[in-house]
Amino acid sequence: MNSTSIRRAVVPGIAALALLLSACGAGNEETPSTDGGSSDAATGLSGDLAGGGATSQEKAQAAWRAGFQTANPDVTINYDPVGSGTGRENFINEAYLFAGTDSPITDEEGELTAAKERCGGSDVIQVPAYVSPIAVVFNLPGIDSLNLSAEVLTGIFDGSITAWDDQAIVADNPDADLPSSDIVPVHRSDDSGTTENFTKYLEAAGGWSFEPDGEWPSDISGGEAAEGTSGVTGLVTDNEGYIAYADASAAGDLGVVSVKVGSDFNAPSTDGAAKTLAISPLTEGNAPTDMAFDIDRATTESGAYPVILVSYLLACQTYPADQAEVVKAYLEYVISPEGQEAANAEAGSAPLDAGVQADALAILEGITAQ
Amino acid sequence: MTQSPPETERAAKTPQALGDRVFRGIAVGSGGVIMLALAGVFAFLAIEGYPGLSVDEGLYSPATSFLGYVGPLIFGTVLAAIIAIIFAVPLAIGIALFISHYAPRRIATPVAYLIDLLAAVPSVVYGLWGGRELAQHVGSIQVWLHDYLGFLPFFAGPPSASGRTILTAGLVLAIMILPIITAISREVFAQTPRLHEEAALALGATRWEMIRMTVFPYARSGMISAVMLGLGRALGETMAVAMVLSAKPIVTLNLISGENPATIASNIAVNYKEASPDKQAVLIATGLVLFAFTFAINFLARWVAGRSQRRMAR
Repeated sequence: MNSTSIRRAVVPGIAALALLLSACGAGNEETPSTDGGSSDAATGLSGDLAGGGATSQEKAQAAWRAGFQTANPDVTINYDPVGSGTGRENFINEAYLFAGTDSPITDEEGELTAAKERCGGSDVIQVPAYVSPIAVVFNLPGIDSLNLSAEVLTGIFDGSITAWDDQAIVADNPDADLPSSDIVPVHRSDDSGTTENFTKYLEAAGGWSFEPDGEWPSDISGGEAAEGTSGVTGLVTDNEGYIAYADASAAGDLGVVSVKVGSDFNAPSTDGAAKTLAISPLTEGNAPTDMAFDIDRATTESGAYPVILVSYLLACQTYPADQAEVVKAYLEYVISPEGQEAANAEAGSAPLDAGVQADALAILEGITAQ
Repeated sequence: MTQSPPETERAAKTPQALGDRVFRGIAVGSGGVIMLALAGVFAFLAIEGYPGLSVDEGLYSPATSFLGYVGPLIFGTVLAAIIAIIFAVPLAIGIALFISHYAPRRIATPVAYLIDLLAAVPSVVYGLWGGRELAQHVGSIQVWLHDYLGFLPFFAGPPSASGRTILTAGLVLAIMILPIITAISREVFAQTPRLHEEAALALGATRWEMIRMTVFPYARSGMISAVMLGLGRALGETMAVAMVLSAKPIVTLNLISGENPATIASNIAVNYKEASPDKQAVLIATGLVLFAFTFAINFLARWVAGRSQRRMAR
């Protein structure tokens, strides 16, 4: 009697354990592969495409995946929003066929060399895919927009301007009814491309005295930190007198700063963001397939919005025969006007300027089968 | 049972022996799997984290060495856990006593059930609630604390209006560890020998004296285990802290300002995603430190609990 009751418990137990183990095993075997064979009549493309990286591209990648898979029903695309660093790492160790990264891949920690090795010795392809304006958002009742120069923004975020009715702010906003309350600048607590791009803007245009980085400089006292874009905008939404920087698409109902460019004040816009990228030079000394930009954040070009985040796609020039066509077709779709419009509709990103687009497509044209 | 049984009896016993063998195998296997998992985690942390002990100095910013980097994080981890323990332990023991000794049965059962339910809430939900709702209320309490108790280093301020401070994080942690401490304490309180309690009452002890003289001494080691389990959870909690805390790499006893030391776990969670390979190694190395630290705390707890048990046995 005893033994049967034990067995009654043991057998399902073992079954469950076996299931669990096999599930784990299956999870580990998830290597990117293209299982050729059945080909779609319309496009002839099929297979699984594994990629991942920058979280900033997550929404845009969802739009691209939807658009591309509608046209190519036999293709499955996966984009893991694991972050730029992990994305580059997984691209190098061949877990991903392509990766998204907020800061262009460089050789500072030997990543570019490793990536080149992964690509069989040929230069790595790096093209801008996602350009997004970063908005400076604030919470002041009754005020929807403020005009601020890069110098004033620098003062607010490094803690040297502490009150909303500071002369420097009032001078550019004579009509706004500014309170005398304290300014609480909010920054990201996590290492993020938004922080890096925002501080690069402050350094280039506003005399920011700290090293621009994905992590907020710890030498600045005052202010508060929150995790992620939604953490930051949530904190500002909940508290009057708070100001923060965040992806423009997340600004919601918060007040938005128009930044000074030349003699104008420009609100964040996709056109302005695309324009800034279009007038920026490429980083010197890079391989011809590397379209990393040296963004001209101090531009005075009329209509440009210089506080932008540019996220890139990494790929190789050659892939195994069964993968090359799919990778090429997908990346070309991403850069194409159609793909850029889809990302704009879904994620509020700025469609690439026609000239940048043409250059990027010319590079992607070079993806071939081994 | 050393002699072999007669043939017929052995045949009847075979299934029993098979069941025993299987059961024994599963029990030993389970124990072994735990050891393997633990060893695996340790090996992973050690191998992946070791390079993080000596990378480029810039990655330890604002400190210049690994110890300087991990120091404020350990401090923050311990501070948040201590705040949680201070709030949670008296409350949990009070609730446990209420359930085991004061409340009538028809109230005690639902209360116990509700407390257990707290453990079922995911930490990410606690994080959302803590950061966006509780923090707002703590924010106004903090202003009061600063006004009247500002002379204490804990409330030096300036108070953060948003309330996303280590005090709030500690409160959220307290709520999260409450069910563990309550459940274990409740069980050990309920096991106090009925005779001891009745003897104390018969000698004229009040109810509180009875609890102090019979229940607490009997339950001491169980209570310590409960607190240590809660402490372990508080030390390792990640999401809730990451979502509540406005963090910065500093060491300060100031509990109510907008600049708080981060905890090791929350620091890994918020920074790992965008980290370069070297920085990832640094973060994993801090994970190794937390692992070792939690291990040490647990050993200490075992030793304390064992000592009081030995004293009881004497």
